[in-house]
Amino acid sequence: MQASLAATDIACRRGDRLLFRGLSFALGAGEAMQVLGANGTGKTSLLRILAGLLAPYAGSVSASELPALLDGRLPLDEHLPLGEALAFWNRIDDGAIAPEVLAMHGLDTLLDVPVRYLSTGQRKRAAIVQSNARQAPIWLLDEPLNGLDIHAGERLQGAVAHYCAQGGIAVIASHQPFAVPDLRTLDLTEFAV
Amino acid sequence: MSGFARLLRRDLSLLLGNGRGGPLLPMLFFVAVAVLFPFAVGPDAPLLARTGGGVLWIAALLASILPIDRLVTPDVEAGVFDQLALRGISEELAMAARLLAHWLSFGPLLLLATLPAAALLGLDGRTLQTLLLGLLAGTPGLAAIGLVIAALTTALRSGAALGGLLLVPLGVPILIFGAGALARPDDTGIALCAAISLALCAVAPFAAGAAIRAGREG
Repeated sequence: MQASLAATDIACRRGDRLLFRGLSFALGAGEAMQVLGANGTGKTSLLRILAGLLAPYAGSVSASELPALLDGRLPLDEHLPLGEALAFWNRIDDGAIAPEVLAMHGLDTLLDVPVRYLSTGQRKRAAIVQSNARQAPIWLLDEPLNGLDIHAGERLQGAVAHYCAQGGIAVIASHQPFAVPDLRTLDLTEFAV
Repeated sequence: MSGFARLLRRDLSLLLGNGRGGPLLPMLFFVAVAVLFPFAVGPDAPLLARTGGGVLWIAALLASILPIDRLVTPDVEAGVFDQLALRGISEELAMAARLLAHWLSFGPLLLLATLPAAALLGLDGRTLQTLLLGLLAGTPGLAAIGLVIAALTTALRSGAALGGLLLVPLGVPILIFGAGALARPDDTGIALCAAISLALCAVAPFAAGAAIRAGREG
């Protein structure tokens, strides 16, 4: 089955505020889209709606599969060494976090370091591996470049480009430029209320 | 290995290890009550033997409050349940595993600690037996109440204090039948206590799962 992700006329309400409305798009296999917008325009909320974690105030989302989500948090046990903390997700993902995946993100030398001692960039790289080592066909990335140095950022952009070339759908919420071939853009300020 | 077993393995190593405060604190608290009670009421052996069982029940109920604040909140904050949901693992399954791990990390230790605590209060063999059976029947229910409270109060800033306050009234039925069995010649109190526990354990994963989902909207 071909991966697909579509939103139809969705609106998002947080508290008493309507953040955006009338937002529609459709993405097919291999397409990437960057979500733009100033702070507080609802980029994170949109990604959580697409992930199915938040119900849209109006409209509907249809995704062909459960998406993978990289958000600002690191769902690893802080007191454990990185290797053991990732091992739980490796078991949940049926062994997808292979040694070569860790080496690609420069985490193979950090496996003995407790998660709470990792730097911001190292935590982000661990979160990237945790979010989609299983290669879900849809990948939602919320501010993926935050905390990454230039090399790690380029490596991530290369990884996302490769992922899309393999038929994956990527949605990137970021106000920094993100270099992926044929990147579509969606500016949330156009849908603001 | 099934999803439940994978979750249970992590939860057990979290709750039994030093990741979430460790399992020793509730047990030490429980024994401390048995140590302090004779100091407070004096060395009156018949009085201690008569009231000791009830005191240990109260100690068990209060000890079950201690793990509540670290039971669910750190995982919600780190987005663990979000990531599990994106892998098709429901909040209910995660909460069922957490409930079992929670009970395993404090129930058996509490039963073990009952032996020295009963000796400190001079309880006789029959009372000790009723107490152990009652705690065996009642602690799963206390664990279930604790889990639901932990999931419900996870978004609140003062959740820890509130959680302790909430468990007291909700634990009263278990206390009435569990501790009440000490004063009765038959086992009906323990049977009722076990029935309440079973009902709570059946409902808790669904209530806690719904609470975590509802918390995402906040």
